[in-house]
Amino acid sequence: MVAGLLLGGFYAAVSLGVSLIFGLLDIANIAQPAFVILGSYAAYVMNRSFGLDAILTGLLFTPVFYVLGAVVYRLYYESFERRGEESLRGLVFFFGVLFIIEVSLSLKYGVDYRLVEAAYIGKSIDLGGVGIAFRLLVPCLVGLAMTLALHLFLSRTFYGRAVMAVSQDRLALRLMGADPVRIKTIAFGVGIAAASLAGALLITIAPVVPSTDRDYIGRMFAITVLGGMGSIAGTLVAAVILGVAESLMSTFFGPSWSLAVSFGILLVALAVRPAGLLGR
Amino acid sequence: MKPQRIRRWALTGGVIGALVLAGLGVPTARAAEPIRIGFGMALTGGLSANGKPALLAVQIWKDDVNKRGGLLGRPVELVYYDDQTNPATVPGIYTKLLDVDKVDLVISGYGTNLIAPLMPIAMERKLTIMGMFGLANNEKYQYPNYFQIQPAGPDPQTSTAIGFFELAAKQTPRPQTVAIVGADAEYPQNALVGARELIKKFGLKTVYDRTYPPSTVDYTPIVRAIKATNADIVFVASYPPDSVGMLRAAHEVGLQPKIFGGGMVGLQFTSVMTSMGPMLNGVVNYDFWAPEPTMLAFPGIKEFLKEYQARAEKAGVDPLGYYLPPYSYALVQVLGQAVEATKSLDQQKLADYLRATEFNTVVGKVKFGKNGEWAKGRTLMVQYQKVHGTGIDQFRGPGKKVVLYPEELKSGAIVYPYSAAKN
Repeated sequence: MVAGLLLGGFYAAVSLGVSLIFGLLDIANIAQPAFVILGSYAAYVMNRSFGLDAILTGLLFTPVFYVLGAVVYRLYYESFERRGEESLRGLVFFFGVLFIIEVSLSLKYGVDYRLVEAAYIGKSIDLGGVGIAFRLLVPCLVGLAMTLALHLFLSRTFYGRAVMAVSQDRLALRLMGADPVRIKTIAFGVGIAAASLAGALLITIAPVVPSTDRDYIGRMFAITVLGGMGSIAGTLVAAVILGVAESLMSTFFGPSWSLAVSFGILLVALAVRPAGLLGR
Repeated sequence: MKPQRIRRWALTGGVIGALVLAGLGVPTARAAEPIRIGFGMALTGGLSANGKPALLAVQIWKDDVNKRGGLLGRPVELVYYDDQTNPATVPGIYTKLLDVDKVDLVISGYGTNLIAPLMPIAMERKLTIMGMFGLANNEKYQYPNYFQIQPAGPDPQTSTAIGFFELAAKQTPRPQTVAIVGADAEYPQNALVGARELIKKFGLKTVYDRTYPPSTVDYTPIVRAIKATNADIVFVASYPPDSVGMLRAAHEVGLQPKIFGGGMVGLQFTSVMTSMGPMLNGVVNYDFWAPEPTMLAFPGIKEFLKEYQARAEKAGVDPLGYYLPPYSYALVQVLGQAVEATKSLDQQKLADYLRATEFNTVVGKVKFGKNGEWAKGRTLMVQYQKVHGTGIDQFRGPGKKVVLYPEELKSGAIVYPYSAAKN
């Protein structure tokens, strides 16, 4: 149960970017997991070369990823969205981005498994008879902090509210004197910046190779949809539900069922509540 | 067409024809021609981390042979293509090698899945084929001219686990209960089938037998469930990410079986060893080569590794090269010895010789048996001992990966139970 909660916190961190970009901006960015892996490799390189902590690297690289995200969005906007060709061709575009990132990482760093070192990896603390691994606890706490930060950004700041507005009514936002494209660029950048941190958390938990992203595509989109499109709190709730379900199944009924049950929950939830748990 | 032009065409055709015939018909010109060995190799894609070091090993052999004057007085040349770890490319690559490049000999690429599509081609053309690390590729075909270099032996399914369970059964107090766990994928499933067979053979009691999806992120719930069974033996059949996940979780949860490991792929790789460091201590796991005195006694291995490690950095491959490269070198060494001994490139003569002979190689004596596998299996069981920190240099010398099995290659004693070696 505790392991599930911890896993949930991590899943939330990984899914926030998708929740923002796919949930709020309605852009089917399936390259998001590849950006997460890119974040993992940034953490790996800095850890190996300079001994920097993975999560600290993730934080330091957020501005770089933000710019990268903004550039990718501009490219997408100019090529597809402006011409109203975003649905299918946009999907193909992001598939392309995913493959480019994957192949570039393979060429540069090879296909060996990459890990990072940190003092807290492999250690655990005992809380009331339950051993809690730092390797999972730290990513969970960072994940919760990220969720809170993003929630505050969206609800308290001008740009955050503008992002919410652009997801609801583009035209109205334009009439208010704000440029929807600029707002979307910012939101997309923030989403990709979140991938930098999420990648650092991922490589703290498990070793990565360039193709690890494919393991996460399903989970990320499932969590976003289950939580309710664009709801940050919903993303956290859904991530915890999936994490706990996976953990409980692994412990009590055998790990082979864990993924089937997680996605079973998604199916049932969508049948009962098509908008997602906390969707509007 | 005018008669003049016809004449000109005929003349040109005649000249070309004569040139072609002259090229084919002068046997003395072939004496200096190189012997060409062709293969596809995983230089990109999922298996390239092993394919590239394998290629380097074969290249080192080629250079060694050419320095000594080549084979049958002819220099050796390699013709190879990247199979991208994609079995679909294999038939095309070998058809080109045989029909266009006209290679004299072929060897396989790396790995079971890349050898499988080569088998029908080899059989159709009656080729003698050397296989590089294929698990049970010839079980179905029973093609007599196939020879495979991974020391799995005549019973590939139990080859990974046999040493592990034989060792466990010998310890006092004798362990009684077993937990086995592995990924839902081809290799782990095979290894688990073998493990179940051995559990029955040694009269042990299974208390946990489960598989998990390869995309599992967190292994602590699995390890916790295993811990709850209090099993004496924990046998794990896993691929690299899950091997790392299981080992970390075992430390976090405080798993204390009497013996732990078995079939964990990935712990042999330098990149993983230098990341896991002391967490490896105590794990008993399968391996193929370790820098222990018993393994370094094989003729030529020290020279080979020295050359490999000197060239590894430039080639961007595994810096130590203990897992696959010695066997890749041995594979072409065997083929070269067969060519020299038979003084021939005739496929059938080579195969007859390969079947009948025991070869001296950098990985020891190699004798092929049933289905072209090693006549006697020699998958090692090693135990990681006294690993301190994550430096790479400690893994270059003996004492860190002690060979426990088989008896004739044993280089040290097992630290038992697992908890005694763990820290």
